[in-house]
Amino acid sequence: MLSNLTLAEAHQGLKEKKFSSVELTTDLLGRIEKLNPALNAYITVSKDEALKMAKAADEVITKGNLVSPLTGIPIGVKDLINTKGVRTTCASGILKDFIPPYDATVIEKLKALNYVLVGKTNLDEFACGGSTEHSYFGPTKNPWDLERVAGGSSGGSAAAVAADMSFYSLGTDTGGSIREPASFCSAVGLKVTYGRVSRSGVTALASSWDTIGPFAKTVQDAALVLKAIAGKDPKDATTLQAEVPDYAANLGKSIKGLKIGVPKEYFGEGIDPEVEKLVRAALKEYEKMGAILKEVSLPYTSYAIAVYYVAMPAELSANLARFDGIRFGSKPKEDVKSLVDYYYQARKEGFGDEIKRRIMIGTYVLSAGYYDAYYLKAQKVRTLIIQDFENAFKDVDVLMSPVVPFPAFKVGEKQDPLSMYLADALTIPVDAAGIAGLSLPCGFTASGLPVGLQIIGPQLSEGLLLNTGAAYEQATDWHKQKPKL
Amino acid sequence: MLSQDQVRHIAKLARLGVTDAEVEKFAHQLSDILGYVEKLEKVDTSKVQPTSQVTGLKNVMREDVVQKSCTKEEMLGCTELPVEAEQIKVKPVMNN
Repeated sequence: MLSNLTLAEAHQGLKEKKFSSVELTTDLLGRIEKLNPALNAYITVSKDEALKMAKAADEVITKGNLVSPLTGIPIGVKDLINTKGVRTTCASGILKDFIPPYDATVIEKLKALNYVLVGKTNLDEFACGGSTEHSYFGPTKNPWDLERVAGGSSGGSAAAVAADMSFYSLGTDTGGSIREPASFCSAVGLKVTYGRVSRSGVTALASSWDTIGPFAKTVQDAALVLKAIAGKDPKDATTLQAEVPDYAANLGKSIKGLKIGVPKEYFGEGIDPEVEKLVRAALKEYEKMGAILKEVSLPYTSYAIAVYYVAMPAELSANLARFDGIRFGSKPKEDVKSLVDYYYQARKEGFGDEIKRRIMIGTYVLSAGYYDAYYLKAQKVRTLIIQDFENAFKDVDVLMSPVVPFPAFKVGEKQDPLSMYLADALTIPVDAAGIAGLSLPCGFTASGLPVGLQIIGPQLSEGLLLNTGAAYEQATDWHKQKPKL
Repeated sequence: MLSQDQVRHIAKLARLGVTDAEVEKFAHQLSDILGYVEKLEKVDTSKVQPTSQVTGLKNVMREDVVQKSCTKEEMLGCTELPVEAEQIKVKPVMNN
């Protein structure tokens, strides 16, 4: 079995010609075929395409051009990232047969390195949700407990990595959609600084919040992936000019003297005692390594969910206006007489409940007479959340907290939309401020469910976060634990 | 709290077809969500500027150069509707 290797180990094997990319890909496809019926991590498996790409990668490797650690490595990609010629559904009925005519910039970058795409991973419809239950294609199950959710919205990407069905994967994070499923599934998940990675060719949810980042089995692997996908892109005006460092080469620095802020609001009411205990134990581990802990306060934390559920639906309702079943997407089954009825029908049949709810909230808060009370107000409180972090980072280098207040919940357990939204309480503030956050496995509850440690840093602190995370990985072996499947 | 008529009106603005059962369900759920976000009213923001862009970028410009992207055929290939004279044929705008 090769699928249990890390990205770095798989790269080493290709380099030493212990196996070929075709062998690696065939092995991974076998694993997916075996496990996907139970986990539903993949919406689409592109077997023929994958083997073609693997063959092309092997030719590059044979010629001695193995320039990137990602060359010849097979992966799954979240299914709202456009892959030319490979169906991209956004887990929505309205795009269930959509085949994009172009690649997202992140995919162009990976293609230039001869990566191998094995398939598209499951998500909540249009990345709206925290459990992947809002997928047109059914929920992704948690590899550690098949009765539980994998988290969301990038649940398929997280479960695929945790279950060795992908060597790494790509996801998106708007309110916690990388970190939350990473925490639920025991994977490393990195939410990058807003604008660090191009979003061209990725379906927009909330444009002033959306980011793309990696899931990986180790911090080192996440560092390797980030270097490959980050950077300025003329096609995404929000991308940052800042140079992309060699994140992996910069790992291994001592964290002695690192000042870690512990935000008291992130350990307050609603935090599961087992989650708190494991995260506090991780903090102790950092103290042992020479880091200095300091309690800090982020007083506007409790307003973050409210800010998010005004601003995000507002931006989403505008972004999803383009889905009308005309230029692309599914035409409605029921025939109608006029164009306007066509719009009503295409969107009625094509969208799931959560999308309908968010479109309506967004439409409402942007409508005449309500804009100031809701959207503008939310944008102002967003400023206060940003200032909370700015003040904290005057005193400390990074912040540490739980990722989610509780471990993975059962499929179907959270029927009320608002109770689902509360899962993002500790991840949304990071998105609001456009700063970086890392989710790192830090142990298991008594019943064997994974728990994640969140490490938060200022904008463009990805290098610092990865080095800080790698130090913990050296001292512990949580990341090496595998689900029994 | 949102009335069912308000939900119907919002759905119309959003060009979203909804059934009567959905209107009833959404009226409750949307009211719950809007009730929750009302907590923002408690925050004094009289001296606070709104944030819409978090990294401070402004007016990002680039040269206006023609670049190769998708072909007309590829773009038209995305629709499920009939294509005539390189245009997508839609339902009539005016009802007769």
